[in-house]
Amino acid sequence: MKRHRLTITGWAAAVTLIATAILGILVTPQDVTQKEYSRFLYLHPPMAWVAYLAFGVAALSSVLYLWPRTRREAFDHLALASVEAGVLFTGLVLVTGSMWAEPVWGTYWVWDARLTATALMFVLFLGYLAFRRTGGTKQNIARRSAIVALVSFIDVPIVHFSVLWWNTLHQGPSVLTPGLSAQGVHGSMAWTMLLSFVAFTLLFCWMVGRRTALERLRASAGGSELQEAIAARRAEGTSVEVGA
Amino acid sequence: MFRDAWAVFVKDLRIEAASRVGLWQVLPFAAIALLLFAFALGPSHRVLASGAAGVTWVGVVFATFLIVGRSQSIEAGAGIAESQRLAGVDPAGVFLGKAGAVAVQLLAVEGLLGVGARLLLDFHCARWWLVVVASLLATIGLSAAGTLYGALVGATRARETLLPMLVLPVLVPVLIAVVRLWQASGVAEGQGLAGWLSILGTFAVIYTAAGILFYGQVQEHS
Repeated sequence: MKRHRLTITGWAAAVTLIATAILGILVTPQDVTQKEYSRFLYLHPPMAWVAYLAFGVAALSSVLYLWPRTRREAFDHLALASVEAGVLFTGLVLVTGSMWAEPVWGTYWVWDARLTATALMFVLFLGYLAFRRTGGTKQNIARRSAIVALVSFIDVPIVHFSVLWWNTLHQGPSVLTPGLSAQGVHGSMAWTMLLSFVAFTLLFCWMVGRRTALERLRASAGGSELQEAIAARRAEGTSVEVGA
Repeated sequence: MFRDAWAVFVKDLRIEAASRVGLWQVLPFAAIALLLFAFALGPSHRVLASGAAGVTWVGVVFATFLIVGRSQSIEAGAGIAESQRLAGVDPAGVFLGKAGAVAVQLLAVEGLLGVGARLLLDFHCARWWLVVVASLLATIGLSAAGTLYGALVGATRARETLLPMLVLPVLVPVLIAVVRLWQASGVAEGQGLAGWLSILGTFAVIYTAAGILFYGQVQEHS
């Protein structure tokens, strides 16, 4: 992503996040049964969406890296950046979910299919990040990490459809339903929820753009260090020849 | 592919039979794990019987790490991967052979722990066919996922700690499904069996397919 586009994305994310906060706290009404806790609607579902999106991008870029015709280092950087963002947002989903569940369900945690599968997704991709730090050649780590990302992605549809496949305490999908309709959410609440999805998606794009740029710089710095080391060794050889 | 798979399968089992690591280390470890869980649960027959399936399969999952670690260490010797490539051995065949050998060893562990659960934990079973089908499907899933992840972490520095960290979350659906089916085998009638069996079957198919597809990429330049 070009630098100025990334800056625009960052500012757009900041503006929409502030607008979501103002609308969510000051403008939208509270729910009849959940009272003020219904405002988690503008945090928890968009974060879950971004987590799905992040792991989806990671899986897609991993496929593109593994496919010999499309293999580019940029896809490996994109997968790493997406998984880092995905793990962060999955962690936030678990935290905000627990904060909402304590007053509404009466407990921070239940061993429900959706919650358990989300926790598993978090640990699976945490494993991916640990795997990347185990050393080895750059290509070897990138290829093996791509396989780990793809195999871990199997858990993502299980998380989403767990509320449909099993009887769970967690409610059904809020937005990602077959008809893409925000069930039970209307008026200003629906519009604010939609804005929150846009805001968190922009935030994700900005974070991933910044992180891939950093990874690209790190890779090029590593490459130039290697070139300098090779040049230094060659220079040593030349000085010996001249001396002899 | 299947000829290579058979050759690797026989080779791995012969090495295990000669070294007797499974007999003297893995099986005693599984038995100790069963006893430890029984001590932790206490002497109540009701508690032990209700936890028998879970205790047995947690023991099987722990034993999976030892068996997979052993299986990968056979391939870790200098030049083995290179020799296989030069000999034109199909990587998918290597995966199937290794996963098959791991599955046979896991079945031995499951047999031992199953007998232990019956004798020591009062595990009651009214439908043996359900226990056998669930155990076979779970074994295929455990061995396929374990072999794939074992190969992935095999060349890394921290493979001993990384393998459980990566594989344990992956194996949770298998653990939940097989424990539910073992528990359901204790009663003559039970609902939702098809759902749990389909989870085990889907898991086994997905990880076997993933292993066949990716094992070559994992071995490449390892």
